[in-house]
Amino acid sequence: MPTFSTKSQPVKPVNQQPSMSTSYRIPKSDLQRLIELLRCDGYTVVGPKVEDDAIVYAEIGHIDELPKGFRNSQDPGKYRVEQTGHKNLFEFNVGPHSWKQFLFPPRAMVASGTREANRWTFETPPEQQPKFAFLGVRSCELAAIAIQDRIFLQGSYVDPIYKARRESALIIAINCTVAASTCFCTSMKTGPKCRIGYDLALTELEDGFVIQSETERGRSLLTTLKPDEAIDKDLEEARILEQRAVEQISKQLDTTNIRDLLLGNLEHPRWDEVSTRCLSCTNCTMVCPTCFCSSVSEVVDLTGDSVHRQREWDSCFNLDFSYTANGIVRNDRRSRYRQWLTHKLASWYDQFDSSGCVGCGRCITWCPVGIDLTEEVAAIRQPPSSNRMLPVIALPNATCVLTKETKE
Amino acid sequence: MNTLNSEEQAVIAKPRLAVFKFASCDGCQLQLLSCEDELLSLADSLEIVHFLEATSRIESGPYDIALVEGSITTYADRKRIHEVRHQSKFLITIGACATAGGIQALKNWGDRNDFLRCVYAHPEYIETLATSTAIADHIPVDFELRGCPINRFQLLEVLRAVLAGRKPRTPSHSVCLDCKRRGSVCIAVSKDEACLGPITQSGCGAICPAFNRGCYGCFGPASQPNCDSLADWYLRGRISAPKLVPLLRNFNSNAADFRTCGDRVDPSSDQGVCE
Repeated sequence: MPTFSTKSQPVKPVNQQPSMSTSYRIPKSDLQRLIELLRCDGYTVVGPKVEDDAIVYAEIGHIDELPKGFRNSQDPGKYRVEQTGHKNLFEFNVGPHSWKQFLFPPRAMVASGTREANRWTFETPPEQQPKFAFLGVRSCELAAIAIQDRIFLQGSYVDPIYKARRESALIIAINCTVAASTCFCTSMKTGPKCRIGYDLALTELEDGFVIQSETERGRSLLTTLKPDEAIDKDLEEARILEQRAVEQISKQLDTTNIRDLLLGNLEHPRWDEVSTRCLSCTNCTMVCPTCFCSSVSEVVDLTGDSVHRQREWDSCFNLDFSYTANGIVRNDRRSRYRQWLTHKLASWYDQFDSSGCVGCGRCITWCPVGIDLTEEVAAIRQPPSSNRMLPVIALPNATCVLTKETKE
Repeated sequence: MNTLNSEEQAVIAKPRLAVFKFASCDGCQLQLLSCEDELLSLADSLEIVHFLEATSRIESGPYDIALVEGSITTYADRKRIHEVRHQSKFLITIGACATAGGIQALKNWGDRNDFLRCVYAHPEYIETLATSTAIADHIPVDFELRGCPINRFQLLEVLRAVLAGRKPRTPSHSVCLDCKRRGSVCIAVSKDEACLGPITQSGCGAICPAFNRGCYGCFGPASQPNCDSLADWYLRGRISAPKLVPLLRNFNSNAADFRTCGDRVDPSSDQGVCE
């Protein structure tokens, strides 16, 4: 545990009208008051919760449902949570879920049509408008939401489903105080400190939270909580904890000239190598908080008199996704993996003026065979000739029995 | 794929549907009866003229649509399937038995005579092939609907599509996509469970992983599956070859991608036979 200055400081007086530029301090029990306030205000509070041996995002009714005492360990293709008995509620990192599933739902009905007496009637079903309060949004996730905002809200085509959910959503961010081995937000300049894009931001101290507001909605909630202004000791404790997260980040992605690097190496042999490992199973795109692809299909009943147009999450790793009148455009794993990585890290700049990667590491952890995009980019940085010198993935003892060459 | 063209449809007032069974458990045919809410409108759209699971009153061919369940395991069935093909305009095979040989294709890795001796008091009365194979190994098939059992919603989709003269929408992507859409946590990553989801075709709605069981591969290989990479990763971790091989050799053991990978992981075994 870090040590803190014991120099006593006077408690500052209660501020009746919290300001947005000031940091405050609330006891941990005030988080329950905050949850209740939000619920009374019609919000569905969604936050981290332990389910199925993972920290997922689900509806939270009480502070006791938060993952108190839990830590996570993450490696390529491996995720574990463990109850360690500490008293903190947020001492872990991003898990299998992201806020994407609430703002950009995996399945949505976008239109329906009915035929009566040979006349068709079409309608857009009224979107049920859940009002979400997201509790425990990490800095990389704020960056991801900002990226999806650009995709769904800016430009000529505004997505009404995303827009309705996003505009009513309230965001309570949490500054990371630990990092997983798969985190690389410092490389992508998206964290770990939350800077913009939240209503309220928390840093969890040993016995309370430092809290700040960035919006009028956040400030008004803070007013109701009547917090004390944070004293220097609190701010110093928060700073040390936030610095601990920075120091724990070991993974790096060198983004120097990354757009031209990737687009200039479309025939690099590394694409062949990674395609022997890639399963094209779509997991990386599904867990990615910025991936936004979907497909739209019509579901018709047997009589042909009723049809629903349904939108579902889809992925560039699916064969059918690039199916056109002339056949499948990306008809092997190599071209699909290359499409995903070059879009995420290179052509995204042309399309949306930023990287599509926020450094959350989900695609590394949740790849069933542990493919690490930072390693792939590093390998492509090597000239093709010296690429052969890169360490080959060590074959395990178990596969020594695999003597038969059965490659097609 | 072949679909009924508009001319053919115009001629057919109410297409005649027949259901045929080969070596199988009848579970896939039952999915047709399980379409309870849709059965009446199905009966409005089609005339079910040959369906022994439902009625012993059967009519002779030719048939507009044939649903074929089961695999080919006997000399008699190997002959009969040609007759079914001759009588059927649009032939759809349904289920893992019909599309990959089914669980009974495990015999392909054993000795027929050993099995006969173990099971039957008088094996000399049994006339059986050495292998269990998919219908498409014997005759041209117009559409294959996967699953053990098939998903009745997919069956309805295929029938709707054939009636409308369009391509059926039965996704060929992995089970993983469905797991993620329903918010399930990946048990291969979080629990080291051997799960065939990344190489198995969607269709079940990703049921097993949602109940903390690895995917059994009931719907057979997904499109362009990388079975070798997944198998190598599992073997490198906590999953042994004796656990992995039976997983690959399951309801879809004789599907080419699973068969090749299973044989590679278990070189001691005889190669699976595909006629």
